[in-house]
Amino acid sequence: MIQLTRRATFSSSHYYWNEAWTAEKNEQVFGRCANRNGHGHNYTLEVTVSGEPDPVTGFVVDLKWLKDVMEREVLSAYDHRHLNIEVPEFAKIVPTTENIAIAAWNRMEPRIAQAGRARLSRVRVYETPEIFAEYRGEA
Amino acid sequence: MKAYFCRRYMLSASHRLHTDAMTAEENRTAYGKCNHPHGHGHNYFIEVAAAGQVDSETGMVVNLADLDMAVRKIVLDRFDHANLNLDSLFATQVPTTENLCRAVFGLLQPALPAGELEWVRIEETENNFFDCSRTEV
Repeated sequence: MIQLTRRATFSSSHYYWNEAWTAEKNEQVFGRCANRNGHGHNYTLEVTVSGEPDPVTGFVVDLKWLKDVMEREVLSAYDHRHLNIEVPEFAKIVPTTENIAIAAWNRMEPRIAQAGRARLSRVRVYETPEIFAEYRGEA
Repeated sequence: MKAYFCRRYMLSASHRLHTDAMTAEENRTAYGKCNHPHGHGHNYFIEVAAAGQVDSETGMVVNLADLDMAVRKIVLDRFDHANLNLDSLFATQVPTTENLCRAVFGLLQPALPAGELEWVRIEETENNFFDCSRTEV
């Protein structure tokens, strides 16, 4: 089994806010991330799929295809957007790095499974070079 | 859902690889320039990964500010700008990055503010790094 990873970047704005809480509690828990005017990051998305290399092509998957899946399913929705306002899955949940990794997984996993060549095994999202989260499809 | 939240920190420390269990000649052979008598230093990058359920209210596995505080108190304040050989952890073991990595894992594991410590990676230079994970301590 080989793991193959493709990287892409997107730039988005967001803020952290839980509508069920008071403003004070939001500010206390989320600190500067709770500024309702938002702030932004250059995110890096790393997508890892695992599978056996095709005996003819030597590919686990065609990287161009994986790049297109990431572009179509994630980047076209997230890049240069305000995640809280413009991306439906973050209307009710906080767009933390953890939740972005899970949401990106949910967007791509059906497409990758449908193609039948490899299994999505990991989505990692870097918010900065020093802060990242990953999701491996675990409950 | 279970996710992993990871943060990289840097600390600068000196060390010397040397053990009294070997002769001076054997130390020089085993450790090469890392055995030079007055030590040398590195900028160590320390990656800390917490695993756990994403909290439905906060969207977080662990609050970054709490994680930073724990790592600062337990790891950075102790080792940053210090000589590792003089730390009590290395009284009876050589301060290789393997041993440092396992030691940092052991120090942080009981102190994580939320989630479970999944792995610690220490990069000694940009060309070498060491991983210690929960299943391999």
